[in-house]
Parts: sequence; C-alpha cells; structure tokens
Amino acid sequence: MKKKSTSTDMTAMCDVAFLLLTFFILTATAKVPEVMPVDTPASTVQTKLPEKDLATLTIGKGKVFFDVKGKDVRVRTLELMGDKYGLTFSDDDKNKFAVMESFGVPVQNLKQVLDASPSERKSIQQPGIPKDSLDNQLADWVQNARIANIEKHDKELELAIKGDAKEEYPVIKRVMDILQDQKINNFSLVTGLRGKEK
Amino acid sequence: MAELNTGDGGGKKGSKKVRSKKGNNKVDLTAMVDLAFLLITFFMLTTTLSKPQSMNLGLPDKDPDKDKNKDVKVDENRTMTILLGDNDKLVRYVGLLATPVSGGAPKEFAYGKDGIRKELLSRKDAVLQYTGNKDKGMIVIIKPSKKSNYRNLVDILDEMAIVNVPTYAIVNDFTPEETKLLGEPVSAAPAATPANP
Repeated sequence: MKKKSTSTDMTAMCDVAFLLLTFFILTATAKVPEVMPVDTPASTVQTKLPEKDLATLTIGKGKVFFDVKGKDVRVRTLELMGDKYGLTFSDDDKNKFAVMESFGVPVQNLKQVLDASPSERKSIQQPGIPKDSLDNQLADWVQNARIANIEKHDKELELAIKGDAKEEYPVIKRVMDILQDQKINNFSLVTGLRGKEK
Repeated sequence: MAELNTGDGGGKKGSKKVRSKKGNNKVDLTAMVDLAFLLITFFMLTTTLSKPQSMNLGLPDKDPDKDKNKDVKVDENRTMTILLGDNDKLVRYVGLLATPVSGGAPKEFAYGKDGIRKELLSRKDAVLQYTGNKDKGMIVIIKPSKKSNYRNLVDILDEMAIVNVPTYAIVNDFTPEETKLLGEPVSAAPAATPANP
C-alpha cells in the first residue's frame, strides 16, 4: 500500500487568507479615542446607527460634546460657525477640525484645542459646549451642521444622543429641548447591546 | 500534516554523502495560514460589531406658543402612568391618580422582566379587552422626574419596545401629588401605597 503524503499545498489558501485580511484591514476604520468616555445604557433594540449624515451629542457629567460625521460637512460647519461668531479659521485649522474627534469647548476656545497636538488634547479641560439660553452655542452647532449637511450631501442630518447612563434627566431634557426648538422631533438614542433576556 | 517533504523518500540509504541536495522549494505555510485566518476573524468581528446600537425616539411637535399646544383628551381606562424617581425607583398607576381603576392604585415596581414588564403585558391585554378595538391599545405616559437618570429613561423605553406598547409619551410636568408619590420613602410594605383614599 502506497503511503500518501499528508501535506497539502497551502499556497492558494494562504493567498486567499491574506487577500481577505488586507481587505478587512483596509476597510476597518480606526476608532478615534473618545475625549469623554461615556457608559451607554443597554437596550434590546437592535437598530444600527447610520454611518454618515449623523451628528452625535455626547452627554456626560453635565457637559455636552458635539461630533458630526463627514470631513466636508465638518469643514463647512466650522466655516458657518466662524461666520456666526465672527471668528476666522485658517485652512490648517479646518483640516485639523475635519479629522478631530468630538469636542466640548466654546467656539471661542476652539482654536486652542485645534492647535494642540492630538496627544495634548486629552489633557485640555473641555468644559462642554455652552447650552444655556443666553449663550446657546449647541443649538448653533446643530443648526449649522444641518445646513452644512444639506449643502454637501443634500440630505437631512440625523441626530443621535449618546448619554451616560448615570446622567440626570434634566440635562438630557435640556438637550432634547434644544433639538425640539429646531423642530427635530425624531432622533436616536445610542445604547449598548443587551441580550433578549436579562 | 505538516512535514517537509525531503525530495527523495530515503530510497538510497547509505549512499554517498549527499553533496548538492536539490533545495527543497516547499515551505510549510500552515502556521502562516493559521495566523492569517485568526487576523481575518478579528477584523471581521471588530468591523461589524463595533457599530453602536441605537434606539429611535420620536417626540411630538412642540409649539413655542404655549396656547397652541392642545391638550389631548384620552380615555383614562387606557392610560398607565409611569413615574421614574431617583435610585431606580419606579411607580405606576393606571387611570387617574385620584380615581385609579381597580388594581391600578400607585404601586412601586422594579425594572426588568419580572417587574414592570409583567404588569405592562397584563395591562395591555386588559385594555384590549376593554376597548375591543385593536387600534385602541394601551397608552403609557412616562414621567421622568428630575432625579431620575438617563438609564432609567432608556430602560423604560426599551420595555415599551419589548412589550410593544402602541402609544407612549414622555411627559415632563409633575403634579404635586405625583411628586409626593416619588418623594416620600415608601414604608416597609412595598405593596400598594394609595396616595388618595
């Protein structure tokens, strides 16, 4: 009886495996470090958030951070905010802003954050975006992001609220009110995943 | 499985010292493939699972002009009011607070499967029997107090989704009686604590 060789030719398999590997590495997006980590409450609802045309309001410790997806939208939003508050941003600032993670400073202090290197940003104390009725920058950010998104993508911007589980309700309500003042009555609440049975 | 094939299968044993053995051009790729697939699995799972979950919430239109916000009148037999308090406290009553329907006096419940969900399910059936109309289901009014936190709100909205409550609303104004209901520590008996005789 002829002894069969047990070794297989792995070359083709290896080729395929690495091809797929390359694909997944390239399509994967690096996770941007969160300036303010929040613990989202769990829910059983399994709707995924859209990938683009989305603005996220992160709420934690009474502070609100703002983030909007899409580089072109971000740049346009910053331009509109600059116009509104009489600030000028250089092209360099805009480029930095386009790739920045979420932020939580008044627009007047935004330049400081932009000038800092990504590693330094973590150490900057970000007080949150002003949202009281006298200085309601949050509403302006939302408004301008919506305008920018319609200009760039011709689509209505979707809003998501990402709140910390321990956040007290009045703060959440305040943010919801700001959205409702702009007739945004439909938005998403970002939640963690929980199994069907608790 | 993975052994190197050394060209000739030891046929000429003991022959002269192999001088120029033909270089074996096969490399064992098993380990490499193992590693590649491990990484593939990793990247596949991280790309698809990292997308955050979300829950959709629609709120009714709010008119800045207070007078235009019309109060909607609903049948009290269909409503259940859920009050969210601090420290994960949850109180519900059915119907009006002054005149709750039978078994609907204010009572404290726990979050989750064995608490409020059972109650919601049984009430939902009861309301359907009462109206006899599929389109007129239960109405749940959620009132988060100032002390409640965001997790409570998401939890209760999640219950709405699980139980499939047809109509629910988040209402922010509290009557003094309701505040009392949440504020006062419920004494030893965790059962019904009727606020109004």
